[in-house]
Amino acid sequence: MKYVLGRLVMLAVTMAAVSFLTFAAFDLISGDPATAMLGTQATEEKVEALREELGLNHPLLVRYGSWLAGFFTGDLGMSYQYRQPVGELLAPKVAVTLWLTLLSFLMIVVVSLPLGLLSARYAGGPWDGLWAGVNQFCMAVPPFFTGILLSYLFGIVLRWFVPGDFPGLEAPGKALWYLVFPALAIALPRAAMTVRMLRSTVVAEMNKAYVRTAISRGNDRGGVLWHHVLKNALVPVVTFLAQTLAEIVAGSIVVEQVFGIPGLGRMLVASISGRDYPVVQAIVVILALWVVAAGTAADLLGRRIDPRLKIGGRV
Amino acid sequence: MKKRIWALLLTALVLSAVLGGCADGSGDDGAQSTTPTRAETNEIVVGLMNDLDDSLDPHLTVKAGTREVMFNVFEGLVKPTPEGELIPALAEKYTLSDDQRTYTFTLRQGVKFHNGQEMTAEDVVWSLRRCAGEGQDAPLVEAFAAIDAVEQVDASTVTVTLKEPNGEFLAYLTTAILPADYTGQDTDPVGTGPFRFVSRSAQDAIVLEKFDDYWGTPAYLDKVTFKINENADSLMMALQSGAIDLCNHLPTANAAQIGEDFYIEEGAMSLVQALYLNNAQAPFDNVLVRQALCYATDRQEILDLAFDGYGTLVGSSMYPTLSKYFDETLTDTYSYDPEKARELLAQAGYPDGFSMTITVPSNYPQHVDTAEVLAQQYKAVGITVEILPVEWNVWVEDAYTGRNFQSTVVGVDASAMTARAMLERFVSTAGDNFINYQNSDYDTLFAQAQAASDEATQVQLYKDLQRNLAENAANVYIQAPADLVAVRKGLEGVVFYPIYVLDLSTVRYTG
Amino acid sequence: MKKRRKNTMLRVGLILTGLLAALILLGCFWTPYDPEAMDAAAKFLPPCLAHPMGTDSFGRDIFSRVLKGAGTTFGIALSTVAMGGALGILIGAVTGYFGGVVDDILMRLGDVITAFPSILLALVVISLMGPGKKSNVVLALGLVFIPSFARVTRTAYASLRDVNYVQSARLMGASHSRILWLHILPNTRQVLLPALTIGFNNAALAEASMSYLCIGVTPPDASLGYMLSEAQGVFQRAPWYALSTGLTLVSIIFGVGLIGQGLQREKGGEV
Repeated sequence: MKYVLGRLVMLAVTMAAVSFLTFAAFDLISGDPATAMLGTQATEEKVEALREELGLNHPLLVRYGSWLAGFFTGDLGMSYQYRQPVGELLAPKVAVTLWLTLLSFLMIVVVSLPLGLLSARYAGGPWDGLWAGVNQFCMAVPPFFTGILLSYLFGIVLRWFVPGDFPGLEAPGKALWYLVFPALAIALPRAAMTVRMLRSTVVAEMNKAYVRTAISRGNDRGGVLWHHVLKNALVPVVTFLAQTLAEIVAGSIVVEQVFGIPGLGRMLVASISGRDYPVVQAIVVILALWVVAAGTAADLLGRRIDPRLKIGGRV
Repeated sequence: MKKRIWALLLTALVLSAVLGGCADGSGDDGAQSTTPTRAETNEIVVGLMNDLDDSLDPHLTVKAGTREVMFNVFEGLVKPTPEGELIPALAEKYTLSDDQRTYTFTLRQGVKFHNGQEMTAEDVVWSLRRCAGEGQDAPLVEAFAAIDAVEQVDASTVTVTLKEPNGEFLAYLTTAILPADYTGQDTDPVGTGPFRFVSRSAQDAIVLEKFDDYWGTPAYLDKVTFKINENADSLMMALQSGAIDLCNHLPTANAAQIGEDFYIEEGAMSLVQALYLNNAQAPFDNVLVRQALCYATDRQEILDLAFDGYGTLVGSSMYPTLSKYFDETLTDTYSYDPEKARELLAQAGYPDGFSMTITVPSNYPQHVDTAEVLAQQYKAVGITVEILPVEWNVWVEDAYTGRNFQSTVVGVDASAMTARAMLERFVSTAGDNFINYQNSDYDTLFAQAQAASDEATQVQLYKDLQRNLAENAANVYIQAPADLVAVRKGLEGVVFYPIYVLDLSTVRYTG
Repeated sequence: MKKRRKNTMLRVGLILTGLLAALILLGCFWTPYDPEAMDAAAKFLPPCLAHPMGTDSFGRDIFSRVLKGAGTTFGIALSTVAMGGALGILIGAVTGYFGGVVDDILMRLGDVITAFPSILLALVVISLMGPGKKSNVVLALGLVFIPSFARVTRTAYASLRDVNYVQSARLMGASHSRILWLHILPNTRQVLLPALTIGFNNAALAEASMSYLCIGVTPPDASLGYMLSEAQGVFQRAPWYALSTGLTLVSIIFGVGLIGQGLQREKGGEV
């Protein structure tokens, strides 16, 4: 319990660090928000006046402080570009990206766990090489390219969905169906990686003395796999899946663009290039929370599964 | 062993349930065929590559892409025609005083704003004064600095007095007239145009609907939805899948693959694409070097390689659609001649060439492509080119505003439908003279053009200005790119303007 | 029987990678055409004898460009993995083995980096180093990849920290660094080898995505990822462009992946 509490404190500290670093990054990146807002009509006086108005002339710490204060009172600021409250702007995007991420995570888990175990079970079998080949192939195709192929195949040729016409979450059934294809594009390489990861972890575990002994004693290979090996191989797999959960959000940036989905990733790219810092800041915090929460969950889960991790793992 | 099989079965079940659930979703789609098509509901979806990520208040909007769309929502006292003329809009008519300084506008009666209010002289005065910077440090619209006073004479008459005569000022009075007491323009704009603004969802869609109380020729369509997709290839996919009906600024490479459901309308973009040279930086402070670059540039090959042959060559800072001012004879000031280029370089003291950088905004593939072709062409005369792709905002800040670049490929457009808007930036002291062009002849000619009282003289002077730019090789002028619009068959009425707008009021379903 | 199969994997991987490496090496000195030479008359030629992979929108020979681009991709992915892997393994080993406060701090730092969007990181790098440099891509990606390597290594080290042979080594007075690198490291290869090859894979993919977002390699230089993002725009007009670059990218990753798997199985059999 104490450990859990400690992790939560850590989570808060991490979030603070991420949000501060984002602020620091704004200072490093060339391209000033005020100039970005004024575009080619920017004159020195106009830029200066706008910087003053936006509070960009304050020192870094002051700006961060006022953002933090706003954050805790639920005020994420106004978008520079859209002149809209950030919360209002992002709420629908968060929902879309969350659905997309969960859908592709579900696909990864549902596909890769059985496949990974199967390929471990039949490691060294006649189809092994072919499997590895197919698997490697799936890993090697960039998601944006899979995206294009999927939209072409299912959208243009088969007409299963209409690329570029995301129905919006007001129609959940249709929206979810639309999201299946981008989710697939994201999931494909990740699932292949998970299969591979699972396979090598399980195979490594199966080669350990206790498993060999168990099998040589005449225990059923599948039974040993199921009862002993899986449990011991689970920790790295859980860690890997947590990482995957974090990484598919990053992977969704490009795929959202390919499929024209109004999600968080696309918004992030747009607001970074528009130097819309209040929006960038909010998105970074949301994404960071997602990543850190996934990591924390994996950690806690890992400790439950493998008590060895607890030894010396004090906080 | 058995357990594993069960696990597999279970997985298969879950999978099929997931897919099955999705199939239900597709069932809904099937049902959609009974819901009316867009032709039946008289609406269209337009694909846009740039989001309207800007203030929607027309006096504060800075992005060309936002103006382009909001042209359908707002109007000024006058408005442009596709032929490049100005016709009365919210003003019924206007007169110009004998000293050429005072415009007197008779306002159209019964014009309604989208929020139901009637347009009054107060609204007009308020809008114009706001643009002129009343109560602010600087005018909101740069050109409005020329205004001396805006006065309301009576309920239907407004006068605009200029500080000095300016034959082209009328073009700026296309600036939107807004309701004086309305404060939501930033995000929920209200104008008088044929379409009214309904909603904007960032990075997603903008919806306009026909304004029923429009004073003029009403729009044909009932509803227009703009779908945002910043990726040209995904936009193509959306065209072919039937998600969008119309898409302008189509990359030329995509025009060949739009499919059978569409046809292409070809217009010309109102901008001049050139390799803009920083005239203050060595070696481009030497006119011989600049001319050498012009001779080393095979413009037709650029069109062939990077634009599939589309586009119109230009030779100075004027595009052909401003036909009154465009001087065709300048187009071939420099013909492709690498021999001559090498000679000029040797004369300038660079017999072995030199190294240069081309800064390009990376979000414009056509400019990046052009830079790539240029780099290849300049190799032939011994010039080594390094391409520096930067983000648009970095380009604006460093290259355009900061003038910190050696050369850059971009398209420069006009903020209003006048020759002045294209040519004023090359006056030595102009704030937006980002290429640092310093030429006293040019400055004199420009001043004369402004002072010219009759139009013929002024047009001639503007042509002389273009000649000055061409002969001094201020930039390596390339082309006015083609504006390709993909239109779904069954739709018609796309018109092109000599400024950067997309007029949807004329678009209609045939039959 | 089993053993030979394992070797086959390694052998195929080695042959494939060796072949590609030879081609890449060749590409450094000689290509059939100048990979940057344009020809308006030869736009979008389908594969033929003169141009085995066809030509692109500028009439450039795709085969020559692929030879060059493969080198760029290979170089970027390899340097990224080298940088991310070296630092990641170092950090992961130390934190996993010693645990404690340092572990917590470094792992949280890893979270911070992971959580920080890589485009933003890439832009910081570009702003600091200037645009148009390949090293930008490597630096940005390398940084991004450190935490994942560190995490994997850490988990492996943490689970091996207290196993018998490590404890006995400790009792025999072996120094920490000896235990870290000589005793534990070889036994983590089951986890690290796939992690490294997957890392190579991810680096190649990430580079492609960066090119797609216009912050990767800059023209006229081309990586396979850059070419692929260019090719997908003309997919219907010139499918050979996407196919030839895509297949080359896949075979590079494939070859390296096979080597990784082969090695892992070879050694795995002997434990």
